[in-house]
Amino acid sequence: MAEQAIPAEVLEAAGPTLLPARGVDLRRSARLGLTAGGVAVFVSANGMVEAFSKRDIVGPISLGYAMLLGVALGFGYLAGRPPQVLQGFAAPRPGWRNLVGGLLAGAVAGAVMAVFLVLIATFEVRRIFLNIGPELVREAPRLLTVGQDLGPGLALIFGLATALGGLAGTLHLLRERWRRAVLAAVLWVVLFGLLASVVIQVLRGIQTQLRLWTAPIADVLYAGGALSVAGVALVAAAAFGASLLRTSGRRRRPLRRRLDQLPDTSRRLVRVAVLAVLLLGLGLLPQILGSFLSEVLNIAGIFLLMALGLNIVVGFAGLLDLGYVAFFAVGAYTTALLISPQSSLGLGWVFWAAVPFVILASAVAGLMVGTPVLRMRGDYLAIVTLGFGEIARLLFLSDWLKPVFGGAQGIIRIRDITIGPVELRGPQAFFYAIFLFVLLATYITYALQDSRIGRAWAAMREDESVAEAMGVNIVVAKLSAFVVGAMLAGFGGALFATKIGSIFPHSFNVIVSITVLVVIIVGGMASVPGVVVGALVLVGLPELLREFEEYRFLLYGALLIFMMVNRPEGFIPSGRRAQELHEEDMAQDAWLRERAADEREADVTAPAPRKAGEG
Amino acid sequence: MALLGIRGLTKDFGGIRAVNGLDLDVDAGQIISVIGPNGAGKTTLFNLITGMAPVDAGEIALDGHDIVGLRPSQILGLGIARTFQNVRLFPEMTVRENVMVARHCRTRSGMLTAILRLPSFRREEAQTRRRAEDALAFFGARLVGWRLETPARSLSYANRRRLEIARAIASDPRLLLLDEPTAGMNPQETQELTGLIHKLRDRTGIAIVLIEHDMRVVKGISERVVVLDYGQKIADGTYREVAGNERVIEAYLGRRATQA
Repeated sequence: MAEQAIPAEVLEAAGPTLLPARGVDLRRSARLGLTAGGVAVFVSANGMVEAFSKRDIVGPISLGYAMLLGVALGFGYLAGRPPQVLQGFAAPRPGWRNLVGGLLAGAVAGAVMAVFLVLIATFEVRRIFLNIGPELVREAPRLLTVGQDLGPGLALIFGLATALGGLAGTLHLLRERWRRAVLAAVLWVVLFGLLASVVIQVLRGIQTQLRLWTAPIADVLYAGGALSVAGVALVAAAAFGASLLRTSGRRRRPLRRRLDQLPDTSRRLVRVAVLAVLLLGLGLLPQILGSFLSEVLNIAGIFLLMALGLNIVVGFAGLLDLGYVAFFAVGAYTTALLISPQSSLGLGWVFWAAVPFVILASAVAGLMVGTPVLRMRGDYLAIVTLGFGEIARLLFLSDWLKPVFGGAQGIIRIRDITIGPVELRGPQAFFYAIFLFVLLATYITYALQDSRIGRAWAAMREDESVAEAMGVNIVVAKLSAFVVGAMLAGFGGALFATKIGSIFPHSFNVIVSITVLVVIIVGGMASVPGVVVGALVLVGLPELLREFEEYRFLLYGALLIFMMVNRPEGFIPSGRRAQELHEEDMAQDAWLRERAADEREADVTAPAPRKAGEG
Repeated sequence: MALLGIRGLTKDFGGIRAVNGLDLDVDAGQIISVIGPNGAGKTTLFNLITGMAPVDAGEIALDGHDIVGLRPSQILGLGIARTFQNVRLFPEMTVRENVMVARHCRTRSGMLTAILRLPSFRREEAQTRRRAEDALAFFGARLVGWRLETPARSLSYANRRRLEIARAIASDPRLLLLDEPTAGMNPQETQELTGLIHKLRDRTGIAIVLIEHDMRVVKGISERVVVLDYGQKIADGTYREVAGNERVIEAYLGRRATQA
């Protein structure tokens, strides 16, 4: 629909509420500056800047500094952004206000930071704030004043923040297409810097495994573990160019549609070929990634399995389960009991013989948790399931059941998974087992979502009593969601037990439940791609960047708040959720579409001919 | 024997007797209007029949079989479907999915057949889709085409009412309970709907009981009118009979002040 400016007299008549915004609101910019200052002070005072200062990501800029720079740039960008306008209103012209907005936010943030620096340089606060040590400002390396004395340091910080804020604000002077390209370039540079070890490993791995000359690329891009100048230039140029190409006017038909237009046989051929290449790539993946990265993927994979299961319970069926770790524990203990020669049963079976029992045990556990909470909804359900999770852990820990589960000593010497004569020993081999189960879980999720029971779950999520009135047996639907969710978590537990080789009750605390829940909320409720990305980012990344470990839950919390405010549907939302949470925009769209459709209908005129009558 | 037989049906909410010893027979293929002042117990009657509220005393029999105490989903399976006074759809599900849910009780495929994508599952799924679209096509072009894929929430009010009726029809009921089906519709839409209700009965032979406040609809549509007041049946007959009934006029207009 074409942008249309509403005539001035109409706007005047409609009163001030309908007048288009005048551009950047400077008071808002100042407020954003204060927030930015607060964030910068917070990450400096809680030791994050210091903890992250050992990892250089771009040239000499450490991750810690990158965080501070990012705060100035990010908030400057927000502060310089013109307010959103409704469709049909003329957008305010970009101009000096964008620049001033950014500058102002940067300056305010810099000033806040400067005050903070003066304070910690004057007063000794280490007894209260453990992480504000002398090396931040007073002694070398004077981290926060970039190695300068206080006076010049303050000037530098203030100037830098103002300049960066202004710089980010000026981005809004660019056309959208170019601005996007710049943002893409910045984003990719940061990603390549952050994931330096991964990129280097992958490029080297490809060379050794596939004999392609990729390792020299790593030497060009990186110097001493951080992006080199050439690396920055190359990555930024590539991202910039790719973004421009993607948004270029020439609309190419989407790949999917072009595929659909191929004849049946060749389409099948393409599909088989793509699948073969994918499988080959995945087969080689652990070799290319090496031992450490494979291990990271394995940990993320186990959480992904759980997240896919919880996604069925929470995302599909709408049952908020906070004690999900119980099923994970049941799977792990069942496996351990059956395949460890030193467990109380002392059976020492092979892994695959234990799998049916894992399924059975977790299904029973699902029924045991599901049955008593059948009549509970929402918050009450969450609290009760939280209790069940703790009960499970305490039972495994208890002296009462020590003869079976080994109490705090847990169960050790859990055998590796074997496939025929091959033992899946070590993370690279284990990857295949995890991948197999994740693939299975993904398939099950998709298959169930688009089926009779999937619709029953969705109906139940929306309105339990109406679902029952329309023929969905709520008891069956609830229990089946709990059981399927429990089974997937049980698989996760089984893999966890064999991966670690020994299990202890303290591995199954409430934090696991919370982490899995955060994965699906941040990734995108009821969206499989979202859950995958969520698990990789939220579980994989902290494993990769060890400094994060200490701040893991702080970052989870910050991320959750950010997502709830700005993107409650998650990174990669399922179509339905996205609409639900952006009601206003959608309502407007729907209204426009409805009107357009009615107009179309009016053209055809008259009560439409009924085709169904014959049936 | 009547399709639906209600004997001595009683329901209390605290100290209030919402339905009081009600007897009612519904024959197959009949269109009955239930009218009465606000709070007369009309919607409660529907809730009791469909099992959404527990019965305190009395019997409800479908084809001679007692259905008191069954789950709402079982009652739908036996052939009693309903709509709600304040339209209750699954707002985030698409129009088509809303109706497909109603086929739940007429389909069998379990999780395993869904996961294995057995031919029986595919066949049933295709059939469910077709039946859903057929039910929607009952309202002509209003709910089909591009609207099949839109979330129910984005429909206009009248279309939501239509969708709710389509959802109920899709479950292949023998008895359809419509709670104020024309509320919020303009005269033209109301007229169209009454025509459709007639057509539905003629084509499928199902019995339809509707709660209605619009007397023109009641007059035009019903073969029998049942009047409730304070949970009791105070009149039962044709529109003409009921309209002349002293107690009905009294219930609606109050007692004449002549005796004072």
